[in-house]
Amino acid sequence: MFFTYLRRELRRRRRQALVVSLGLGLGIGLVITVTAVAAGVNNAQGTVLHALYGVGTDMTVSAAPSQSSDQPFGFRVGAGNGTRPAAGSKIDLYRLIASRALGTLNSSSVTTVAQLHDVAAAAGSLTLTDTHITGTVPNFSGGGGLGGGGGGGGGGGGSITPTSFTVNGVDLSAGGQVLGPLTSGKITSGRTFTSADSNARNALIDSGYAKSEGLTVGSMVTLGNTSGTGTNFSVVGIVTEPPGATPADVYVPLQQAQALSESSGKVNTIYVAASDSSALSGVTSEVRQVLPSATVTTSSDLANEVTGSLSSAASLANNLGKWLAIAVLAAAFLLASLFTMSAVSRRVREFGTLKALGWRSRRVVGQVMGEAIVCGIAGGIIGVGLGFGGAALVSKFAPSLTASVGLTSGSATPGGARQFGAGNVGGGGGGGSGGGGFRRAAQAASHSVAVHLTAPVTLGAIALAVVLAVAGGLIAGTFGGWRAARLRPAAALSRVE
Amino acid sequence: MYKLTGVTKQYQKGHHTVAALQGVDLVIDDGEWLAIQGPTGHGKTTLLELLGGLDRATAGRVELDGTDLGALRESQVTRVRAQSIGFIFQTFNLIPTLSAQENVEAALVPLRLGTAARRGQAAQALETVGLGDRLQHLPTELSGGQQQRVAIARALVKDPTVILADEPTGNLDEDTRDEIIGLLEKLWREHELTLVLVTHDSSVARRAQRVGLMKNGRLSIRPDTRARRSDA
Repeated sequence: MFFTYLRRELRRRRRQALVVSLGLGLGIGLVITVTAVAAGVNNAQGTVLHALYGVGTDMTVSAAPSQSSDQPFGFRVGAGNGTRPAAGSKIDLYRLIASRALGTLNSSSVTTVAQLHDVAAAAGSLTLTDTHITGTVPNFSGGGGLGGGGGGGGGGGGSITPTSFTVNGVDLSAGGQVLGPLTSGKITSGRTFTSADSNARNALIDSGYAKSEGLTVGSMVTLGNTSGTGTNFSVVGIVTEPPGATPADVYVPLQQAQALSESSGKVNTIYVAASDSSALSGVTSEVRQVLPSATVTTSSDLANEVTGSLSSAASLANNLGKWLAIAVLAAAFLLASLFTMSAVSRRVREFGTLKALGWRSRRVVGQVMGEAIVCGIAGGIIGVGLGFGGAALVSKFAPSLTASVGLTSGSATPGGARQFGAGNVGGGGGGGSGGGGFRRAAQAASHSVAVHLTAPVTLGAIALAVVLAVAGGLIAGTFGGWRAARLRPAAALSRVE
Repeated sequence: MYKLTGVTKQYQKGHHTVAALQGVDLVIDDGEWLAIQGPTGHGKTTLLELLGGLDRATAGRVELDGTDLGALRESQVTRVRAQSIGFIFQTFNLIPTLSAQENVEAALVPLRLGTAARRGQAAQALETVGLGDRLQHLPTELSGGQQQRVAIARALVKDPTVILADEPTGNLDEDTRDEIIGLLEKLWREHELTLVLVTHDSSVARRAQRVGLMKNGRLSIRPDTRARRSDA
C-alpha cells in the first residue's frame, strides 16, 4: 500500500516531482563536478610533486650549497696537472662533478635519518653533471678562458663542442628500492636496478635522453671522472618519468657515481618516508635536530611553492567552486522543501481523511517522507549523471594547467639542479667562446610544468551524492511531514478545496 | 453506546469566541439510527466530529462504550477510530490516485492485516455495495453514486460498531440518494450498526429511528421512533 500510494501520488504530480528532482540533481551534479575537479587538481598537484619528488617520499633532506663546495669549473687535462693544452691540439675530455646547486651530506647521515623514530625508510642520492668536451683547442691569446660562466673575449682558429648530461647516483640499499628518483618513473624497456647492480657498471637511461642520443638497452654510455677520462656503462633499462618531472639523463648505482666523482661517502639528497603521515612534523623536527645545518623540505612545503594556473585552479575549485556548489545545493534543498510543503497543503483534506480512517500521524508523515526521499534519490541519480557529464566536459575542454615550482628558495627540489644547457662553444674566424658555458637550471627563477587537468569522479563522490540525495529528501520530507503531522483531522476535513 | 454530557465546543474566530455546541446531553444506544437535522452552521458537523474523536470538546464528556474520548491520548483515539468508527462524507473523500479497491484497503491499513487479507476484504466490501466489477476503477472513473458506494464500503470494511455519515446524499440526485440511503439502511440492519447521520433532507431523516434538531449549538430530540428496525 505504501509503495502503491507513493508511486501513484508521484505520478499524479510528476511535473512537480521532476522539478524537485532536477533541482536536487543540479545541486548534486555541481557538487560532484566540483569534487571531481578538486580531485583532478589534487591529482595534478600530486603528479607534479611526485614527478619532482618520487612516489612514497614524504620529505627530502639536503645541504645548502656552500662557497667551498663549489668546485672550480675548469678542466684538468693531461695527467691531471692542469696544463693548458696547446692551441690547435685535439682534446676529448670527460668530467663528472657534483651538482653545484646542492651541498653535500655524509652518507652516514642517511643511516642516521633511517634510524630515527617514525622513519620508515631513507635513501641517499647523488646528483652529478657529466660534461664531455671534444674539439680543437683555440688560440687563447685573447685572454678568454674555457670555462663556465666566463664569456671571455674568445679565441680564434679552434672549435670546441661541449655536451653535458645529468647523472643520478641511485641508492640501491633497502631504502633505495622504495624511495628516490626512480620511484616515480616507469621502466619502458629492459629492467630496473637490483641490489646486485651496486658494483656493476650498469646504467638506466631516461627515455627522452635515450631518444635524443639514439641509445637502447645494450648500448654503452660513457661517464667521466675527475681525471678527464671516460668509463663505459652498459644500458640495462630505459625509464620514462611522468610529465612534469625533471629527470636525470642517466642513472647509475650510487657507489659508482661516488667513486667516479670523487664523492665517496657523500650524497646531496636524502629521500625520507615517514612511517605515518601524522608523524611527518615529528620526523621533520627529529631530522632538524640530528642534521641542524640541513634543509628539510616536506611535500607540503613543495606544494606551497607550486604557482601558476594549477595553483589558481586549485584555489578556484576549493573556494569559488565549493561555495557555488553549496549555494546551489542549499537552494535545491529549499526548493524541494517548499514544493513538498506546498504539496502537503494541497492534500490537507486527503490527509484528514486518512486520519479519520485511523491512520496515525506517523504513517502519514512516513508517506510524505517516502515521496520526498524518492524525489531525492531521483535527484541523486540525475545528479550523478550530471556530475559525470560535467566532469567529462571539464576533462575534455579544460586547458592544460601550468605549475611553476620555484627553485631558488633553498628547498631541495630534487630535480632542481638537473637541467643544464649545452652551449656550443664555437670558434672559427675571429669568433671565440663568447660567453659559452653552462646555464644552471637551478639558477633560473622557476621551473614550469604543463599538466592536463582531469576530473575523476570517485566512489567517494558518488557516495557523497547518495548521502546528499537522501539528505535532501529527508529535509524536504521533514518539513512536509511536520506540516502533515500538525493537521487536526477535523480542521483538515473542513478545508474547502 | 454513546453518552454525551454537557458537551460544549467553542472556536476562536479572531477576537470572538463562537459556541458551536452548547451543553449537549445525548445518549445513543447501540444499534440505533439517529438522524440530525438543522440549519447550516448550527453545529451538526461539529457534533459528528466529537462523536468520531476527530476533535475534542471544550467542556463536557463524550463517552463511547464508557470511555471518555476526550481523556484519551491522540494515538488512543486514532485506534478507536481505526477499529470502531466508520466515516462517510458528503464529498466522498476518496484518494484520487487509488483505485476503488485500494481506497477501501486504506481503511484496513491501520489494522495491520496482510496484503492478501486486505485485498480480499476490500473486494468483498465492494461486492456488498454492488461494485464487484469496479475494483480497479479510479474515483474519476466512477459516478457520484458509485463513489459514495466505495466510501460506504470503506466505512464498513473494518466491521465497525459505529457509522458517522455527514450528509452522505448531499451531492447526489434523488434516485441515487434513495439508492444510497436504501443501501445504508440495509447495512445498518444487517450489521446492527449504530448510525448517526447528519442530513438536510427530511425524507432521509424520516427513515431514522430518532431525529435530532441542532439549532444554535443546542440539540433537541424528537419522540422515539425506535420500532423501525424491529418493524423490518
